[in-house]
Amino acid sequence: MTAFFETFDHGADIGIRGRGKTLSEAFENSAKSMFSLLVEDLDTVIPEKSVIISCESFDLEGLFVAWLNSLLAESDMQRLIFSDFKVKIQDLRLSGTAMGEPFDFSRHQRGVEVKGATFTELAVRQDGDWWIAQCVVDV
Amino acid sequence: MELKQLKRLGEYQWEIPRDKDMRVPALVFASEDLVSDMDEKVREQLSNVASLPGIVKAAIAMPDAHWGYGFPIGGVAAFDPDDGGIISVGGVGYDISCGVRNLLTGLTRDEILPLLESLIDRLFRVVPSGVGSEGKIRLKPAELDDVLTGGAQWAVEMGYGLPEDLAHTEEEGRLEGADPSCVSDIAKRRQYRQVGTLGSGNHYLEIQYVEEIFHQPSAEAFGLKQGDVIVAIHCGSRALGHQIGTDYLQVLGKAGKKYQIPIKERELVCAPIKSPEGEKYYKAMVCGVNCALANRQVITHLTRQVFHEIFPKAAVKNLYDVSHNTCKIEEHKVNGKVKRLYVHRKGATRAFGPGRPEVPEAFKNVGQPVLIGGTMGTCSYILVGQETGEALAWGSACHGAGRSMSRRAALKRWKGRKIISELAHRGILIRAASYRGAAEEAPEAYKDVTSVVDSTHRAGLARKVAKLRPMACIKG
Repeated sequence: MTAFFETFDHGADIGIRGRGKTLSEAFENSAKSMFSLLVEDLDTVIPEKSVIISCESFDLEGLFVAWLNSLLAESDMQRLIFSDFKVKIQDLRLSGTAMGEPFDFSRHQRGVEVKGATFTELAVRQDGDWWIAQCVVDV
Repeated sequence: MELKQLKRLGEYQWEIPRDKDMRVPALVFASEDLVSDMDEKVREQLSNVASLPGIVKAAIAMPDAHWGYGFPIGGVAAFDPDDGGIISVGGVGYDISCGVRNLLTGLTRDEILPLLESLIDRLFRVVPSGVGSEGKIRLKPAELDDVLTGGAQWAVEMGYGLPEDLAHTEEEGRLEGADPSCVSDIAKRRQYRQVGTLGSGNHYLEIQYVEEIFHQPSAEAFGLKQGDVIVAIHCGSRALGHQIGTDYLQVLGKAGKKYQIPIKERELVCAPIKSPEGEKYYKAMVCGVNCALANRQVITHLTRQVFHEIFPKAAVKNLYDVSHNTCKIEEHKVNGKVKRLYVHRKGATRAFGPGRPEVPEAFKNVGQPVLIGGTMGTCSYILVGQETGEALAWGSACHGAGRSMSRRAALKRWKGRKIISELAHRGILIRAASYRGAAEEAPEAYKDVTSVVDSTHRAGLARKVAKLRPMACIKG
């Protein structure tokens, strides 16, 4: 079994991918993959504050991009870096929680800023027992 | 790209022949080497652009073209509003009005060298960079609207810079037609603390010197001499521009269905220029442009302050400010008739020659400066727009080196710390907010900017004026 979250190659930017036994888990792990770009070691981020995220879209893939972009927007607005996620998906509506803490440059080694999730290499699919969600993010 | 699928029109000009969906042909300007190194995705994306309604003459790729979002990076296309022409999020890009500003410093390399380290350290402290950084300016909602309508003019009015900075900025620092009510609340809230920040990724602030002059009359008009020190600022509209892109992907996605515009890639979503959705996107995009212009103006102010602190005799002037992710309304001749077109430049720099009304007074006789950013280890260039470029590519040129290696591959190959120490050995000081960022931006992960610029020059898109060498660089 490969990792629950990982990155993949793209010419100019970078791809993020999450796997899970459920669709929700795949969404949660993809969010970890994305935030692992912003900070070198995601384990150093304490999930002490939580923010509620809700979004919807016209299809699962659209919902996935909306989820990631909502997280980036909240991260900017609340000045938080997230490391833990909980997601519930029903009828193309997502309600979730993102947990994290403010950037502390003495403890967190900075990665790169992610400007947004894109529709490139976008896929939300089932592969055997696993759900996989992925897309390229613009950095 | 497979050369055998292309028709060679000249030494530096190639045509992708029309297929059944393409309304116009697609053109690529580049040397044989650069074209054969280009991703097949460039051909695919350029063909998709050529299939959009209202496209005029051709879909065009610059020598630094590579795989992008909908449009290739390095893509140029003009649309006629009177012929069903569209406006597209993908044709502008997520980082609206990302661009380069070059500052003259009035100092020479020899004068700077003894204090280079303290200069770059100070700049690194004063100019916020990297993920999670905050600007010195905190704005309230109404004030942010002023940024979106006022651009660099707002910044100068607030005391961030000099009125003469504006004359040397595209659109004189403020693009007409902004409507902040077309920008979402989230986009604005993301930006409150980000005005005057560099960001990360390929954005930078670099101290460079003029190593070589290629065209004396233009160099004189631009105020460039061999050995002069330049500051290059590369950044864009930060979170606001990106959120506008994200928001309007949805809006134009729906509109595209409503107006039945067939698209082959989701990020090509577009709406007729003459539709409520298209008009709204244009007004929001103009807000993004103004945000980027304000951003580079505030960073100019911070840079100027640091220079004056360390070098009291410094005279920091804005040479010019160009944007390479835009859609602008421009007049161009089409079949002998002047037409008002919506010119999308995604990763392409405007390169107007002498005589265009958009070119500032000071450069009227030579053409506009075209500022091309290279990598922190190689070099950058200043070119000048030429009249020939207008007929070829709506007056457009390349915008940078373009990546040749993915970020992930670069990260596997290099360590940020090692890149920084190797460059230090070569006399180039790097201050990076992130080691990861430094590794991803390794000079060897990019195409050779010199061959990109040479192709631009030889194709007649713009003329080489000066080559700049990096001395010190802040990487976000």
